[in-house]
Amino acid sequence: MAAPPKGLQRRLLTPSRRGSEESALVRWCLVGIALVFSAVFLLLPLANVFVQALGRGWSVYWEALTEPDSVDAIKLTLQVAAMAVPLNLGFGLAAAWAIAKFDFRGKAILITLIDLPFSVSPVVAGLMFVILFGLRGYFGPWLDEHQFQVIFALPGMVLATVFVTFPFVARELIPVMQASGIEQEHAALTLGASGWQTFWHVTLPSVKWGLLYGVILCNARAMGEFGAVSVVSGHIAGLTETMPLRVEKLYQEYNSAAAFAVASLLALLALMTLLLRNGLEWRSQREQARGLATDGAHPAANSVSVEPLG
Amino acid sequence: MSITLRQVSKRFGATAAVNGVSFAVQEGELVGLLGPSGGGKTTVLRMIAGLEMPTEGDIWIRGQRVNDLSVQQRNIGFVFQNYALFKHMPVAENIAFGLKIKKWARAARAARVAELVSLFGLTGLEGRYPHQLSGGQRQRVAIARALAPQPSVLLLDEPFGAVDAKIRQELREWLVRLHHELNVTTVFVTHDQEEALEVSNRIVILSRGYLEQIGSPREVYEQPANEFVARFIGVMNVLETEVRDGWARVGGLDFPAAGQPDGQRLRIGFRPYAVQVSPDLSQYHYRAVLRHTFFLGILLRLELELPSGLVIRGRMTKEEYAQLGLEEGREVSFQIRQYRVLAAESAVLPPELPAAYPAPPTIAEHI
Repeated sequence: MAAPPKGLQRRLLTPSRRGSEESALVRWCLVGIALVFSAVFLLLPLANVFVQALGRGWSVYWEALTEPDSVDAIKLTLQVAAMAVPLNLGFGLAAAWAIAKFDFRGKAILITLIDLPFSVSPVVAGLMFVILFGLRGYFGPWLDEHQFQVIFALPGMVLATVFVTFPFVARELIPVMQASGIEQEHAALTLGASGWQTFWHVTLPSVKWGLLYGVILCNARAMGEFGAVSVVSGHIAGLTETMPLRVEKLYQEYNSAAAFAVASLLALLALMTLLLRNGLEWRSQREQARGLATDGAHPAANSVSVEPLG
Repeated sequence: MSITLRQVSKRFGATAAVNGVSFAVQEGELVGLLGPSGGGKTTVLRMIAGLEMPTEGDIWIRGQRVNDLSVQQRNIGFVFQNYALFKHMPVAENIAFGLKIKKWARAARAARVAELVSLFGLTGLEGRYPHQLSGGQRQRVAIARALAPQPSVLLLDEPFGAVDAKIRQELREWLVRLHHELNVTTVFVTHDQEEALEVSNRIVILSRGYLEQIGSPREVYEQPANEFVARFIGVMNVLETEVRDGWARVGGLDFPAAGQPDGQRLRIGFRPYAVQVSPDLSQYHYRAVLRHTFFLGILLRLELELPSGLVIRGRMTKEEYAQLGLEEGREVSFQIRQYRVLAAESAVLPPELPAAYPAPPTIAEHI
């Protein structure tokens, strides 16, 4: 049996320099598994979406996207997100503020409730709203009398989306707010600032990156939500069909080129979300790094000189 | 009268943090709130600021009862223990914050910030963010920010707690100079008795929510109101003695206790500087072995072990130590110049007693 080349042999067999380090063999195996897995299960399907979408040429792709029902689906998706995201932004800010800055009875329950949408199947969430607001539901008859339709209409879809994307902003903000503590707010109060001024000038700027991050994730999920929206929408083409619903319908109709065309838009949204997210992380890290660099560059800044007064 | 507290109490649920505390701070005074942690001093400071509301009692600032005034209306400057600078604002904006809120005109604002920046030695740092400053600089920014809107009182919570020991000393001296310069009524909280003694005009001593004593540093040091103060301010040797034949005795030490019944227990306290040591074994009444010498800078702390095994602490200057030719392990004679009979923790203390034997002068007298 031929021995492996000398360099490789050394790398494979020498014990690691630090006690805590795994041997090279184990490391390469782990890295290899992770790379192969993500290529097969993540990268390949994503690439396939674009291949399928553009497989019959740009003109087919463009036609599929500009078909009236598809255009309506895109418009409706944007509409739903434009309503659900601000609602959850407001709610998330309020909940995170309450949880991070105050002590009150039922705080633990509120924290658990915020996570509920993560653990409830979206389909169940959709059904909940049908039971509440559907024609045979608890409030349905009353709403019908007042000619206000929730289920199979825009309000129901917004409600379902709000429910599903409920935790994103709050979850992002709670740790950031807890870390920054309450002292800066107190300092603002002692300087005469009102509650609103304190929130606007002190609290909000100190959580801006976390907030933006939460909004981006919330938006991505709002546009991509399928299960809950599917139950409450009724799938009325041109009226209550969002992009994910449209993808499903086109696919069921064996119009896979059009299905993939719409799907490619959602995939693009996902990619953009990732890019934005990394951009945000990079920015907030750079802000910190810049601070440290400046500290090092001015050693004088670290020594206190106490000047005589007057 | 700048600040007055009358029978102020604060309870958090079932626990009483502050119990019926009354004291007054004169206009322009620099007062230290001193006590062990959990003594209620920070709560008192926060009640003056309006960050906590008293459960009972009244607080006046400059003749106005402020119980019902919010923090914003009290016109106080507050410096937090960790400074609580606005992290996303540079130094100049931090200082200007209160002025903006109070709607100062742009030009007046800029002038005030420039004035404080130069007064606090922050020139050149106006554009820096808090995380780019040293601990001492952050503290000065915090004080400048608190003083910018010209508050009627300045309140500081453990102002030197978050900086390292070397800078501490400079900051203390600086705070005294600053106070001298601006003459703003200032109340600060500290758990460090040395800091309180050095910086304050008067000291308010709090423990377990009760006011133990209020007085000048000299008063609380020389005439402690009770055993707690005597033990908390400065270092003290405390001995549990038992009376036999008219003397309170422990481990070979005797203190006169005429008229006390046998078996009576007495607690005796004396300051380390009251212990006089001589290498001449015949000079003083008691014998001991000098076990350890601790170097404290200009002063040395001595640990004397009596034949009975009892250990007491003494204190002298380096010069005196050298003059006497002392060294660790050497047998010495000593006496205790002054002592006190201590009673229960909060009972009123009788005055200090001179020793029963003649005391030769010592150069360590005023240390």
